Amino acid sequence: MANLYSGRKRRNIIWTGLAYAATVLGLSMLVIILVTLIWNGFGGLSIDVFTKNTAPPGVVGGLLNSIVGSIVTTVIGLAIGAPLGILAGTYLAEYGHDTRLAVVVRFINDILLSAPSIVVGLFIYELLVVPVGHFSALAGGVALAVLGAPIMVRTTEDMLNLVPNTLREAASALGMPRSLVIRHVAYRAVRSGIVTGVLLAIARMTGETAPLIFTALGNSLFSLDPRGPMSSLPLIIYEFARSPYAEQQKLAWTGALILTFAVLALSITARALSASSKQN
Amino acid sequence: MDRARALGRLKFSDSGFRLMTMASALIVLILLAGVAIALFIGAWPAFREFGINFFFSDAWSPPKEQFGAATAIYGTLVTSLIAMLIAVPVGLGIAVFLTELCWLPLRRPIGIAIELLAGIPSIIYGIWGVYYFRPVMQSYIQPFLISTLGDLPGIGFLFAGPPFGYGVLTAGLVLALMILPFITAVSRDVFDTVPTVLKEAAYGVGATTFEVVGNIVIPYTRVGVIGGVMLALGRALGETMAVTFVIGNATKIQTSILAQGTTISAMIANQFADADPGLFTSSLLALGFILFVITFLVLAAARWMLSRLELKA
Repeated sequence: MANLYSGRKRRNIIWTGLAYAATVLGLSMLVIILVTLIWNGFGGLSIDVFTKNTAPPGVVGGLLNSIVGSIVTTVIGLAIGAPLGILAGTYLAEYGHDTRLAVVVRFINDILLSAPSIVVGLFIYELLVVPVGHFSALAGGVALAVLGAPIMVRTTEDMLNLVPNTLREAASALGMPRSLVIRHVAYRAVRSGIVTGVLLAIARMTGETAPLIFTALGNSLFSLDPRGPMSSLPLIIYEFARSPYAEQQKLAWTGALILTFAVLALSITARALSASSKQN
Repeated sequence: MDRARALGRLKFSDSGFRLMTMASALIVLILLAGVAIALFIGAWPAFREFGINFFFSDAWSPPKEQFGAATAIYGTLVTSLIAMLIAVPVGLGIAVFLTELCWLPLRRPIGIAIELLAGIPSIIYGIWGVYYFRPVMQSYIQPFLISTLGDLPGIGFLFAGPPFGYGVLTAGLVLALMILPFITAVSRDVFDTVPTVLKEAAYGVGATTFEVVGNIVIPYTRVGVIGGVMLALGRALGETMAVTFVIGNATKIQTSILAQGTTISAMIANQFADADPGLFTSSLLALGFILFVITFLVLAAARWMLSRLELKA
């Protein structure tokens, strides 16, 4: 009897010990990554980073064109992806419900949610780069839209499902057509939830590298023209991190720090928003 | 009269909005079909030229126009396997810690931190891997593996060769780190679906934490855990940036996991810019098509399993 107890106790100690060990190991590795990122990136932060364009080795350069390029491609991605994602999410929650189309779209959207981004990049390359004959920020933005839209579809649907049906019924009873009920009642009730989804999508789009390689391509010059190739932060990190020159490597780290900070800020804001909307 | 016109306009905009949402939903469908079709069309010249051999040939020689997918497929599978072997136990361990062992006030902050880490762009893991992890692998871990496991009969061949730092094992480990927060976040959510009364009942009859996890939590959530793990596998298979930096990009199959190799996504990322149109580009697109099919199957299975858990909950 005593043997059985001590055996069970011992097994419990070993296994919970392993769970503790896994936590310490996993969390410390992730903390190490963040610390090295801050350590290496922080030293390179200066005004030049935000005011000068990327330069060839030997010349003092910054990341201005890449930061602006990142913003432009993300805005393009958002301009295309947000209406698409929010409307599709609306269809699933308000019209589709359990119809066959809605079930299939939901399933496909979940797959798109984690589809390899490099494959999406190739698809947009075939669709928008090959026919036009040259790389463009527009193609990059469309690729980002394909990656960001599924996030917004998902959150919009989840959020609209939280709207109590009594609210819809009350509006319908006043004679409001369905679309007005959705636009003026349901959307308003879950506005911050939908914004959360949009922010999460922006965070995802900002950090993507692989799909931009064959679409936006990168550009060492400052450019605002969406029809031509454009730089972006992830692309320049990819390029400079493999560069043999110390100053370019340093800029890569600084860029990585800025990128991580931007992505974390977006996801923290999204989280705070959704937390505050749940309290209401 | 006015009223009729206003009503008519309302009706028009009402059905217009409905159609717009429906069209958007259809576009989501078309996107996925579009990916498959566009890649297949692009890949067709390579499939036609090499036939079924494309999947089994390890040739990759742009000057001779000989291409095969075996090296890249092999690298993709091996790096993902290494990543899963490490990230799944560790991730599940952290999830168990968070749901059963952790001091209550710390649960939320640690959980949130892990979810935030899951959103960090993969290129960050890549740059960290090449500057910090690769030297550590080269100076400490790989020599240690070579001297201890390298001479063992049976598995020694896995750890043969000089320590480069770059290689399949390094890529697998960086990949493991990248999917770790993801596995933790998903499995914690899945573990949270276990009704508290079930666990309390088990604790009440004297079960230890290990027994509760092993006999209540895991059996109850098995389908969901497998679904979450496969979702992570889908990510690992398609991941580009965390891998490209550290795998070494050698287009040759080597049995040693310390040797340099490549994956489908690393190969595409590295060579696409230099590929001339024709068979070379088409072969890379064919690789992309294969990756798409593999991840589609894995992700579809994952979603199917996760939806079964939702039905139960």
